[in-house]
Amino acid sequence: MEKFIKHTGTGVPLRRSNVDTDQIIPAVYLKRVTRSGFEDGLFAAWRNDPDFVLNKGEYKTGTVLVAGADFGTGSSREHAVWALQNYGFKAVISSRFADIFRGNSLKGGLLTVIVPQADVEAMWAAIEAEPATAITVDLETRTVTYNSVSLAFTIDDYTRWRLMEGLDDIGLTLKQTDFIDAFEEKRRSYKPTTLPIR
Amino acid sequence: MQSLIEKGVAMGKTLAEKIWAEHIVRQADGEPDLLYIDLHLIHEVTSPQAFDGLRLAGRTVRRPDLTIATEDHNVPTLDILKPIADPVSKLQVDTLRANCKEFGIRLHSLGDIEQGIVHVVGPQLGITQPGMTIVCGDSHTATHGAFGAIAFGIGTSEVEHVLATQTLPSTRPKTMAINVEGSLKPGVTSKDIILAIIAKIGTGGGQGYIIEYRGSAIRALSMESRMTVCNMSIEAGARAGLIAPDETTIAYIKGKPHAPENWDEAVAYWKSLYTDSDAKFDIEIDLNADELEPFVTWGTNPGQGLPLNAKVPNPADFADPAARTSAERALEYMGLTAGTPLKEIAIDTVFLGSCTNGRIEDLRSAAEIIKGKKIASTLRMLVVPGSARVRLEAEAEGLDKVFIDAGAQWRNAGCSMCLGMNPDQLASGERSASTSNRNFEGRQGKGGRTHLVSPVVAAATALRGKLSSPADL
Repeated sequence: MEKFIKHTGTGVPLRRSNVDTDQIIPAVYLKRVTRSGFEDGLFAAWRNDPDFVLNKGEYKTGTVLVAGADFGTGSSREHAVWALQNYGFKAVISSRFADIFRGNSLKGGLLTVIVPQADVEAMWAAIEAEPATAITVDLETRTVTYNSVSLAFTIDDYTRWRLMEGLDDIGLTLKQTDFIDAFEEKRRSYKPTTLPIR
Repeated sequence: MQSLIEKGVAMGKTLAEKIWAEHIVRQADGEPDLLYIDLHLIHEVTSPQAFDGLRLAGRTVRRPDLTIATEDHNVPTLDILKPIADPVSKLQVDTLRANCKEFGIRLHSLGDIEQGIVHVVGPQLGITQPGMTIVCGDSHTATHGAFGAIAFGIGTSEVEHVLATQTLPSTRPKTMAINVEGSLKPGVTSKDIILAIIAKIGTGGGQGYIIEYRGSAIRALSMESRMTVCNMSIEAGARAGLIAPDETTIAYIKGKPHAPENWDEAVAYWKSLYTDSDAKFDIEIDLNADELEPFVTWGTNPGQGLPLNAKVPNPADFADPAARTSAERALEYMGLTAGTPLKEIAIDTVFLGSCTNGRIEDLRSAAEIIKGKKIASTLRMLVVPGSARVRLEAEAEGLDKVFIDAGAQWRNAGCSMCLGMNPDQLASGERSASTSNRNFEGRQGKGGRTHLVSPVVAAATALRGKLSSPADL
């Protein structure tokens, strides 16, 4: 995974709440067996609307998505994270994310940042007033800065460390194989197995 | 005042806390718990990139014997023994078949009696049992919580993690109790319980929690009905939802193919799985079952629901500006006018199926209403059993004839129109009454409009052509 320490880019104001993962990428786009190429499905239905924010020239190069509350609800599809990343987004800012989406994003290196709704609204106004506004998301200092505004955000130390080091979760767990072996020794004998087929 | 803990009196544990504690492989300060996973369910859509990841890193599947796969999300429900017509869907299903073969994973393919929606297959095999941790790359994994298991949906990176290690680093969620006391009126079902809960607490209300559904109305439910409730926990934003096992649970598992051979020992353990009387939930919510009516959604998220006797709400009546904007947008998308009685809304398609309501009991309750009658000439009705076994069981009872004679289509098993990945989709502007779980924009097909309902409301709607409860017939 690519390390995430600090990113500076311009913002895309998505003034919608409850953006579910079916909106981020509809199911018909989930048939690929690779991890790339999902950008064409990103917000597919909304992109038919010429007024949709991603269709506006001034936001075409944005890399920081600023969205309404409850972003990423619904289906667990990690394709939603891939679609945002494949399109070029490095971070998403919202006042509230759905649990599974947040987990997926932080596993995959798309930084999801939680700030209060009032700050989201101030960011929307700032970006709309000047789309070229530079936004810096700094994981080291746990801040989002733009213009003269600095917003602190929280993220647990472990996840922050893993993202800053670009570490593979599986590699970390495989170092604990002794613990897994020991646990399996003590598992209840009547727990079901799928094999052999009965 | 001195707390109980300071006095040295141990506090009781909730059911979720008991199961969680039992599965901790490793615990360290400042790190998520490493949780052991008892069962990993796989399907074609969220697994190919995970298997690819294993191959790239030269890793293997640690416990193929705790893993099971089925084909469900994008499979056709017609002509299932012919090659899949859509080449992209076919590649995804073929990829699953190749991956399962390569890594030695049990797979139930199209045409196999155990093929079906992953959350219908686990319980019908008896592989879903109390006290387990169960994951799947699908958010409706919470379904299995009906057996008193911690079951939750994961993303593809986590699928790869579980394949490689049979564990998952996880932060322990908080606990929420939802107490549903009283008894349901005739025509009111467990689907209405969960739709009412989501309307009450909102799509983010359960965020960060495992919900335990409790109370006399929950205890009175069959296993199928409990699965419907737990299934939609994710629609309230919860990580998982569960119900303590009891005699209903034990009776359901008994005799299933994978029921424990060491039965008495297993049952003794299951009986220890309940929330202690002195345990504290982080939050408790009460719902009165006596007051519930058949519920239906009017908007584009599952929290936008109302009793069927209500009218389409006026966005101006919402105090919260975000909720108001959301309602305005929803009405525009749904093509609805504020003040219209919900029962006046004409429906084009009725979908009976999905991991929420595609089980035998759901088909029986709908068939009972439809038997000997004809569906409205203005609509089509798709009946899609949750699994091939449910389909056979229904056919043995003659339910297929009831639906076919009424003018409905009797299909093969799969997720089908719940998410419209296969050819079963709504056309743009088409309106459905659907027993599935999500009414998101475009969920059942681009431009399609979805009203979530129970199986009996779906059946009554199919007969009358407009949203209806059985009492309206």
